[in-house]
Amino acid sequence: MPSKKTRTQPFAVTDCAMLSIATGVSAQNLRELRERLQTIQPGCIYYHFWGHHLRPGFEEPEYNNDFANWANQGLHDRNLAERLSVIDPPSYTDLDALREELIDVIEERLDETEQVPWAKSENAFRFIRSTLIVFDTGIRLRTPEEMAEFLPQISPSSLYYHFFDARWRTPDRVDDFRAWLDGLGPRYASLSAIIAGYDPSFITLTALKTELVATFSQFRQGGSS
Amino acid sequence: MSVSLKSYAPIAGEAVIQHLRQLARPLRGKKVVHVNATRVGGGVAEILTKLVPLERELKIDATWEIVTGEPEFYQCTKGFHNALQGSPMDVPENLLRAYEATSAENAERLRSTLEAADFVFIHDPQPAMLLQLCPRRKGKWIWRCHIDLSRPNRRVWKYIHELVKGYDASIFSLAAFARALPHTQYLIPPSIDPLSEKNMDLDEAEVLEVQKRFELDPERPMIAQVSRFDRFKDPLGVIQAYRIAKDFIPGLQLVLAGGGASDDPEGEAVLQEVKIAAGDDRDLHILLLPPDAHRTINALQRAADIIVQKSIKEGFGLTVTEGLWKAKPVIGGNTGGIRIQLVNHYTGFLVDTPEGAALRIRYLLHNSGRRETMGRRAREFVRENFLITRLVRDHLSLMVQLLRGSDEDRIELGTLPR
Repeated sequence: MPSKKTRTQPFAVTDCAMLSIATGVSAQNLRELRERLQTIQPGCIYYHFWGHHLRPGFEEPEYNNDFANWANQGLHDRNLAERLSVIDPPSYTDLDALREELIDVIEERLDETEQVPWAKSENAFRFIRSTLIVFDTGIRLRTPEEMAEFLPQISPSSLYYHFFDARWRTPDRVDDFRAWLDGLGPRYASLSAIIAGYDPSFITLTALKTELVATFSQFRQGGSS
Repeated sequence: MSVSLKSYAPIAGEAVIQHLRQLARPLRGKKVVHVNATRVGGGVAEILTKLVPLERELKIDATWEIVTGEPEFYQCTKGFHNALQGSPMDVPENLLRAYEATSAENAERLRSTLEAADFVFIHDPQPAMLLQLCPRRKGKWIWRCHIDLSRPNRRVWKYIHELVKGYDASIFSLAAFARALPHTQYLIPPSIDPLSEKNMDLDEAEVLEVQKRFELDPERPMIAQVSRFDRFKDPLGVIQAYRIAKDFIPGLQLVLAGGGASDDPEGEAVLQEVKIAAGDDRDLHILLLPPDAHRTINALQRAADIIVQKSIKEGFGLTVTEGLWKAKPVIGGNTGGIRIQLVNHYTGFLVDTPEGAALRIRYLLHNSGRRETMGRRAREFVRENFLITRLVRDHLSLMVQLLRGSDEDRIELGTLPR
């Protein structure tokens, strides 16, 4: 994998493109959502947790995954939306474990409600999966100073790959920026700690770029001597 | 006018352009043919006008062909269009036979080109039958459906389904439009070209000149709907909304600007209905513009305080995207692709009735600060999501995946030359 790094390796800038693919599977009410979740392809779980970062649409949805947003807008069940929105994907070992947690939260809600919440047909939950096409840009960054210079040009999709996708893709569940900085030694621990403070549940790609550019720029001005 | 890829860098960002060059690398030299029914008029023709030259600049051997026919062919395909968007009217048998005969004639003309292509993109139902008529095809065929298929007339869809089920993939603008088909269905919204005559920046003098030409008063508020004279665009509903709002804002002006497309035989009838509804209101301007009046439309959209697109059915609604790009809040029908473009109080408003549209017109015209804030956000929203560079990227990605023959969730291309 292009972004794998050792202590001596430079940061390999990788980019990606996400293709959204309709599955033809949909759910009209909460019970149907639970049933469909039991058999749906794992790729759908990935897409509905992370896809909103790269697909065309509103960048700041009320909740941070599609299941919670549908509970709110389609089912008008804010209680469920709030419970679904606190699910933290990197806390689970794989997509099947994440699927189990989703089903658990939904079953709990079904047990509590007398009527099964339902949505209008035009607001049905439509399961979508994605293909992520990943490619190495050939750009190599050897120091945080080079990173500071490069970041203003980074594409949103590259940022997605190194920050959001990495938290799921890598065994340690950390973003590529921190993994790289940690490998460079203790000198960069403070920089890594700042990035660790970004909450992936609530930061948009635009805000993330702004934060990273500022953080690395400040480091270059004040901490590189 | 052909615009080079690097011209988009100041708008979309240098990284986005570099990204396209790298993604296109595995597709160099591939023969790609796009087929639709018209070279002018309508969103599809506008997209292809830009998409094909950009693909060529990326060293893909892209070309654009059109199917042609007699009036009966277009009556049939218009019937398809209406029925697939939910009209209960069936398409008569004689028109279906005319469609089949015309498709066979077009296949005779295009067969060698299409059968030799690596990728064939068939846009909408008009050329859909060509697949069956090109049995020795070697490449991948993709049906690109630009229209709202969420509630099609079932009999007409059954007919179209037979034509499109054999494709290797299809593309829909929204998940709600996708149908049960035995192949991969990609979701790709369309886009606008920010450098085209219809969307490029214009200076104030040019906008004023257009206002003067059409006797529009720049000192008074103006709303505009730009679209074909088509019942799905609900021009009569716009007139109704304007009249309700005008009771509260007497100086209000309405512009209904549109043209015909060569594949739309109903436009004239709808235009007459609109003229009758407009009566002798001197503040209601019906402008029938030629298909190449892109700069004029651009100026009219920029002159408007609010853009309206009160469609009752809409595939995507590129005129909404155009309005947002000009930093205007848009009031749009709560349907189809308009729903993913308009976020209430953020980029505009979704409405279900003429009364709802009138309410939002009044609200926005009384809140110039809100209009400006929403307009700024609207432009950024389009920059991030609906520029042609994103469409090119999605087409390249799709072709890369089809070329790989892989249905995996992740494709690693390795290092690509810069």
